[in-house]
Amino acid sequence: MHSARVMSAASALREAMEIALERRPEVYVLGEGVADPKGIFGTMTGLVEKFGRDRIVEMPVAENGLTGVAIGSALVGRRPVMVHQRADFALLAIEQLFNNAAKTHYVTGGRHRVPLTVRLVLGRGWGQGPQHSQALEPIFAHVPGLKVVMPSTPGEFKGLLLAAIEDDNPVIMLEHRWLHYVTGAVPQGFYTTPLDAPRRVQDGDDVTIVASSYMVLEALRAADALAEIGIEAELFDLRVLRPLRLDDIVASVRRTGRLITVDTGWRTYNAGAEIVAHVTEHAFDALAAPPLRIGLPDHPTPSSRALAAAYYPGSLEILDAVTQVCGLDRARVVGARAKLEAQRGATPIDKPDPAFTGPF
Amino acid sequence: MTPKTQRDGAPAIEHSGEGPVGSFAARKLGELRDTRIHSINHAQGATVRGTMATSAGVDTDHEVLVRLYTAMVRIRVIEEEIALRYPEGKMRCPVHLSIGQEAVPVAVSSVLRPDDQVVSTHRCHAHYLAKGGDLKAMLGELYGKATGCCGGRGGSMHLFDPAAGVLLSEPIVGSSIPVGVGAALGFRQQGRDSVCVVYLGDASIEEGVFHESANFAAVHNLAVIFVCENNLYSVYTHIRDRQPSRPITAVATGHGIESEHVDGNDVEAVQAAAISAVRRARTRGGPTFLLCDTYRWREHCGPNYDNEIGYRTQAEFERWKEFDPIKRLRDRLILTGSRDEQQERQTLDAIAREVEEAFLAADAAPFPSGETIGMGLYA
Repeated sequence: MHSARVMSAASALREAMEIALERRPEVYVLGEGVADPKGIFGTMTGLVEKFGRDRIVEMPVAENGLTGVAIGSALVGRRPVMVHQRADFALLAIEQLFNNAAKTHYVTGGRHRVPLTVRLVLGRGWGQGPQHSQALEPIFAHVPGLKVVMPSTPGEFKGLLLAAIEDDNPVIMLEHRWLHYVTGAVPQGFYTTPLDAPRRVQDGDDVTIVASSYMVLEALRAADALAEIGIEAELFDLRVLRPLRLDDIVASVRRTGRLITVDTGWRTYNAGAEIVAHVTEHAFDALAAPPLRIGLPDHPTPSSRALAAAYYPGSLEILDAVTQVCGLDRARVVGARAKLEAQRGATPIDKPDPAFTGPF
Repeated sequence: MTPKTQRDGAPAIEHSGEGPVGSFAARKLGELRDTRIHSINHAQGATVRGTMATSAGVDTDHEVLVRLYTAMVRIRVIEEEIALRYPEGKMRCPVHLSIGQEAVPVAVSSVLRPDDQVVSTHRCHAHYLAKGGDLKAMLGELYGKATGCCGGRGGSMHLFDPAAGVLLSEPIVGSSIPVGVGAALGFRQQGRDSVCVVYLGDASIEEGVFHESANFAAVHNLAVIFVCENNLYSVYTHIRDRQPSRPITAVATGHGIESEHVDGNDVEAVQAAAISAVRRARTRGGPTFLLCDTYRWREHCGPNYDNEIGYRTQAEFERWKEFDPIKRLRDRLILTGSRDEQQERQTLDAIAREVEEAFLAADAAPFPSGETIGMGLYA
C-alpha cells in the first residue's frame, strides 16, 4: 500500500494533476487562471513551469466555446481537464456539457468517447454573494451521461480527480472552496477512488445521515456530539451523485429506520430529495419516522455575513434534525447542543471553520 | 434594393453589402491555372490528381469537374428521393434537405483528405455525403434502424461517420462549431497536419459560441476552416431582420481570421477558395472563414416547397433556381464538349441504382431492439 502523508486538499489536487500530466501525454488542462500566479487556489501551482503552455492552456473568457473545444479535442483522442474557479461560471457552458459532453457517447452508439474532466469550485464566505457561491450539483447530476462527484477528504480529492481523468466519460467534480484548506492523509503516487458509490464514514444504528462535500464535516461534528449522549449515527458521504448507487444507504435505513439528508446547496430538488424518494420507494416499511432533508433555503445567497448567518445550516441544525427524527427528549440533547453552540460561537460565519482543518 | 449581380448573374446577397464576387472567382481560378491539386474520390476511395484551370473552360481538367458534378448530382438525387419517399411515413424524424446547396460541401470535400474532419449542423446530409459518409448508414438513421450511423439514436440531425472524417453533426445552432475547433486543437497537440472544416449557417454567427470559437482558433492559429453557407434564412427569418448591414466576412476578419467571399453555387469557385484555405491550415497559416452564398430550395424542415407561405417570394426562388450549381456545371461541361447525353444517362443510372439499393436496404433493415435503449450511456 502507498504510504500516506498529511496534506491539504489543495495540495492533493495539485499532486493529482501533476501525476495525471506525467502519466498520460494526452492529458492537458484548460481554464481561466490555470497558468496564472495564483494557480487556481494553489491546485495548479508550478505546473505550467513544468509542463509548458501547450499542456496548461490559459483560455479566453469563453466558457461554453472552450467546453466545446475540450469536447472536440477529446473526440480525437485528447483527455482535457477543464477548471472553473466558480461553479457559477460553468452555467455558461451548460449547452456544451448537456448537449455534447453528456450525449455524444450514447447517440453515437458508443463509437465516440468524451473523456473530459471539469473541476468546479463552489464558493462560500467572505461575501461571495449570489453568483459566486451556488452549489449547483443537482443541475449536473440531473443529466444522464455525465458523472458527478463531490469529494470531502484530501485523499479522495486526489483519488477522485485521478479517477475522473482516467474515466472515458465526462466527469464533473465539484470542489467546495473551504475544503481546499482541510488536511488529511493522502497516499503517495497514483491511485484512483472509484466513481461508483457513497462512502460509509462511520457506522451507527440509531439514524442514517447522508451528507455531501463540506456538509460531511458538519455532519461529523454533529455525530461526535451525538455519540457523547449515546446516539450512534451512521454517516455516509454521498461522494458520487451520478451514477447514484443507494443500496448501502437503503440497507442502512432498513437498520436504523431513520434518515436525514444534508445537501450543500438548496434543499428543494436537491440530492436529498432523490435519496428520500428512493429510500421511501425501497424501504418504506422500515421507516420509523418521516425522513428529513437539510439544505439551503429557497433564496439566493446573500453577501453580508449578517444575512449569511441565517442561510447556512451546520452541525447544530443537523443535531436538531436528529433530535426530531429520533424523537429525542430535549433534555437529553441540551448538553450536546450547548457544546456545538459554543464551538460555533466564536467562528465567523463567513470564514472557514478553523476546527475543520483536519486531519479527519 | 436592386439585387447585385454575381458571376454568371447569380443574385448576390442584397443584405450583406458585399460586392460581386465574380472577380474573386475569376482571379482565384486564374491563379490556379496549371496548378496541380489533390482531389479525393471518396466513392472509390482513390486519390486522383488533376489539373485545375480557369473557369473559362480552357485547360480545365474534365475529370475533376466531372467528379464534382457527379458528387453534386448524387447528393441531389438522394435528397430528392428522401423528399419523394418522406410522405410514406417511414422516415419519422425531421429532415433538413440540402437541395440547392450541394456545391459548397462537394467543393470543400474535394480538397480534403480522409483524415481531415468535418463537423456539421442540422442540415448535414450534403456535408456528410460529400465527405464520404456511408449512404446506407445515413438512410438507416433516417429510417430509425439499427443499421443507422447512430443505430437510430440520433436521427437525421446527428449524422457522423468517423471512418470518413465526419466527426459529428449537431442540431443546436452553433453547437458543433467549438467541437470542430477542439478537433483542430487536438490535431495540433498531436503534431498532425489534419484540418477540420466547421460547416455553419448564416444564423450561427449570431451565436456567442461562434465568436468564442473563432477567437480561440485565431489565438492558437488552428487548422480550422469555417465554411459559412449563407442561404439568407434562419428558418423563415431573413438575415436582414437578424443582422446589421455589414459584410459577414468582416465578422471573421474582426477576429483576425482570413476571410473570403465566394459564390457558393459555383463549385469551382468554392473549390478554389477551399484549396487556399486548406493550404493555409496545413502549413500552420491559421484558420480561414469562407462565406458562400447559396440558397435552400425546399422548406426549412421537411420535403416540400414553401414559397407560398409568405416569408419569401416565388420570384426570389425562381431567380436562385436559375443559379442551380448543378445546372451551371452541366451547362459548362456540355459547352466544353466534355459531357454528352450518354454520359449523363450513365451517371444518373449508376446513382439511381446505388440510391435505390440503399433505400431498399434501409427499409428492410431491422429496428434497434428495445432492450438496448439504456445501454451504452457510459463508456
